Amino acid sequence: MPISLIQPEFKVHIDYDKCHKCGRCVQQCGWSVYSFNERPIPDDSKCRACHRCVTYCPAHCITIRKNDLALRDNANWSPALRQGVWRQAETGGVMLTGMGNDKPYLSIFDHLLLDACQVTNPSIDPLREPMELRTYLGRKPSAVEVTSDGNGGFRLAEGAGVQKNIKLDVPIIFSPMSYGSVSLPVHRSLAMAAERLGILMNTGEGGLHADLYPYADNVIVQVASGRFGVDPEYLNRGAAVEIKVGQGAKPGIGGHLPGEKINREVSETRMIPQGSDAISPAPHHDIYSIEDLRQLIYSIKEATDYKPVGVKIAAVHNVAAIASGIVRAGADYVHLDGFRGGTGAAPQIIRDHIGIPIELAIAAVDQRLRDEGIRNQASIIAAGSIRSSADLAKAIALGADVVAIGSAALMALGCHMCQGCHTGSCSWGLTTQKPELTRRVDPEWGAERLTNLVSAWSHELQEILGALGVNAVESLRGSRERLRSIGLDEQTGRILGVKPAGV
Amino acid sequence: MRYEPLLERMPTTRIPSFTDREGVSRGERPRYAEEAPFKIHGGCGLMGICDESGSLMSGEVPIRAMAVQRDRGNGLGGGFAGYGIYPEFPDHFCFHMMYHDLRAKEDAEALFDRYFQIDLAEPMPTRPVKGIGDAPLLWRYFLNPDPHKLEAAEMTPEDFVVHSVMLINSTVDGAFVASSGKNMGAFKGVGFPEEIGHYYLLEEYEGHTWVGHNRFPTNTPGWWGGAHPFTLLDWSIVHNGEISSYGINSRYLEQFGYKCTLGTDTEVAAYLFDLMLRRHQLPIELACKALASPLWSEIDRMPAEEQAVMRSLRAVYGPGMLNGPFAIVLGFNGGMVALNDRIKLRPLVAARQGSIVMVASEESAIREVLDAPDRVWAPKAGEPVIATVSGNGSPVHSDLHLSADEVSCAVTGMLETCDAVEVS
Repeated sequence: MPISLIQPEFKVHIDYDKCHKCGRCVQQCGWSVYSFNERPIPDDSKCRACHRCVTYCPAHCITIRKNDLALRDNANWSPALRQGVWRQAETGGVMLTGMGNDKPYLSIFDHLLLDACQVTNPSIDPLREPMELRTYLGRKPSAVEVTSDGNGGFRLAEGAGVQKNIKLDVPIIFSPMSYGSVSLPVHRSLAMAAERLGILMNTGEGGLHADLYPYADNVIVQVASGRFGVDPEYLNRGAAVEIKVGQGAKPGIGGHLPGEKINREVSETRMIPQGSDAISPAPHHDIYSIEDLRQLIYSIKEATDYKPVGVKIAAVHNVAAIASGIVRAGADYVHLDGFRGGTGAAPQIIRDHIGIPIELAIAAVDQRLRDEGIRNQASIIAAGSIRSSADLAKAIALGADVVAIGSAALMALGCHMCQGCHTGSCSWGLTTQKPELTRRVDPEWGAERLTNLVSAWSHELQEILGALGVNAVESLRGSRERLRSIGLDEQTGRILGVKPAGV
Repeated sequence: MRYEPLLERMPTTRIPSFTDREGVSRGERPRYAEEAPFKIHGGCGLMGICDESGSLMSGEVPIRAMAVQRDRGNGLGGGFAGYGIYPEFPDHFCFHMMYHDLRAKEDAEALFDRYFQIDLAEPMPTRPVKGIGDAPLLWRYFLNPDPHKLEAAEMTPEDFVVHSVMLINSTVDGAFVASSGKNMGAFKGVGFPEEIGHYYLLEEYEGHTWVGHNRFPTNTPGWWGGAHPFTLLDWSIVHNGEISSYGINSRYLEQFGYKCTLGTDTEVAAYLFDLMLRRHQLPIELACKALASPLWSEIDRMPAEEQAVMRSLRAVYGPGMLNGPFAIVLGFNGGMVALNDRIKLRPLVAARQGSIVMVASEESAIREVLDAPDRVWAPKAGEPVIATVSGNGSPVHSDLHLSADEVSCAVTGMLETCDAVEVS
């Protein structure tokens, strides 16, 4: 076999003086880094720095370092680009990867600052006063019609008021991640946490496993181009139905779950033969234009007694006009996924170069829907790298109703962002179907960690709202006046509708 | 088509030169835009009093109520509105005008002559008062739309009047309409409110409802037109507070066509009332509940029907909810509504003495005016105090058919808002 030009990215160092020679690292590593010959011997080239072995080594004797090989500096040909060329020269293939865009594009969230109250209006202490995060997801009328109830009070007029909205206790939901791309224990963790938190998880495109039926009130069921696991029962089981058109990590690209991942349970849930590849076409072959989308939305509504139906799209250049069309087509929410959103598998070239940042997409879509007077007709879910409660608050201030978290949720379950999801060998038992790996996630443990994460962010959001002097999240939503930009160019500031800091 | 053809073209109108809001180059004459290129911060004091029997009380009453609250303002703005004050002209629209100079007066009067039948035009009675200087020319006109022009314009008299207000404020350089309602008037200017009240000889008027305001702006020199109350027809609004949700409130209103150009919370409150009361026809009680919503925990404990109403109100009008400290009084020809924010971050005290209902920022004002109140209480957060003069209950003008941007234009008189006014 000809020699590879690709050098290992990491160096695994074992302090053999401390090593128990117990073989735990050999057992824990999903990437088969270690062999054992009286002591563990690492193969650096297989290491993805996922820290599973480091975490579970009883002697704490493993260290992972960057392989500090010098390459001649070249500002144009980065080491990553050179390695890409070598790898493709070796394989002739499309480079695959997992998780979100890792390129150093400008992070707009990191250039936005939040406001606080001083003197002329008081800040509010969320530990001592109510601080409301409740959010209703779905279409709302532009006005509320009431009639007299005959006793000096009022009741809603016939058919008036907010109907078919989903109550969320906090404006955070879990992003769609399909069963198949992630393991069943991950799905169960998400569903249990969603129920405890009063929020939603999203099946992704892989159908709903029978173990999750008890949590169906906290589940969005997704309909994607492969239509895996979709039948009338599936549609009716969820709290809402989401038509997935695109994904931030791979706009315009379909999906491919290799046959090795289609075990018996995945095959039953997806309603496809065991061992067959699950191919999601790039487009929905019954949606070639907006009127087709409208027909699908209303077909699903008819099939579900008018449950909320949302549409998920990747944030692309013309996102505002597309979102407007989606709302006019009858969607109850638009789910926007920015170009940093994660994926179980995507061509790296697509992941790293297609789409636009979620911050700009939120701003453009929210403004367009307002300009057209239809903002009330649909909620906006924003996703694509919401990394902290600060990102959450800023996304809401830009105009999102709700944010969805995927990568952060996986990290709560152990993910170290090694970008190996597509390999099916996740050492943390998340993006794999190997039973010896998937059993590493105890759903009870997973649900607790997810609940902790979302609760922590919610508390922090309450602190932010308190500093802003408002006691309900709807008073921050779309309130770009409470944001200032630092280090952004004027044009970007204009698109965001955010003034520069200092004015 | 611009709005002009509705009232025909106005040969006397001069479009003032102006650059942009930040540019502040509108010549010598003050306008709202100069005052508020950015959001205005400040605190204030206010009062409202209404005799529900319709009996009249002297303008000395609101002056005294504001005088004891003097230190809530800083002398940069004070004002009053009185209702029932022109019994001799109950069915005439009364324009209270501010003119920067005689030319502005001539221009505005040319417009009045052309479109209205004027039954009385006179200088506003004033007396010299120490501390009040630099007043504009103040005139008032009792008038009604010319029936022929009205018919040609195919408008209700109310719409016609608001269009005229819009035209004057936006295009007649140096003229500003302080109020334009029937049997009511606004008296406002730069100074402490008791000085302003005496300057306008307020003690010689009698009204069944009065509102008053004392201003403490923190970043603006103040000008006569910018003092409270804000008015639209017979509505008047006085406000104390700083709405922390201004950003989304204004964007919400923009969706309905309103243009929030003044950067003041008062403007936002005025438009929200217009949206909910007039355009969405919500009862005043529910509009108040939408503006200062009960907590979800309270809503969850309500009876089912009420809960459904409140849940919808909050979910639909959430972006319009006024969050942050405020106390506000809306005066109208049938009474007044006073409202506090949802967790009572600004003072508002209420009292009843027989048929008289009074609200003020401080209890001292109530004790100064009412000798033996039956009851004095602090209204709970978000609980409106509503007083209505018998037979005059609704603050809604059924004859008004204005679009949102027309309302904005009428209230602010700003050219950029009026440029957006199109009538098809």
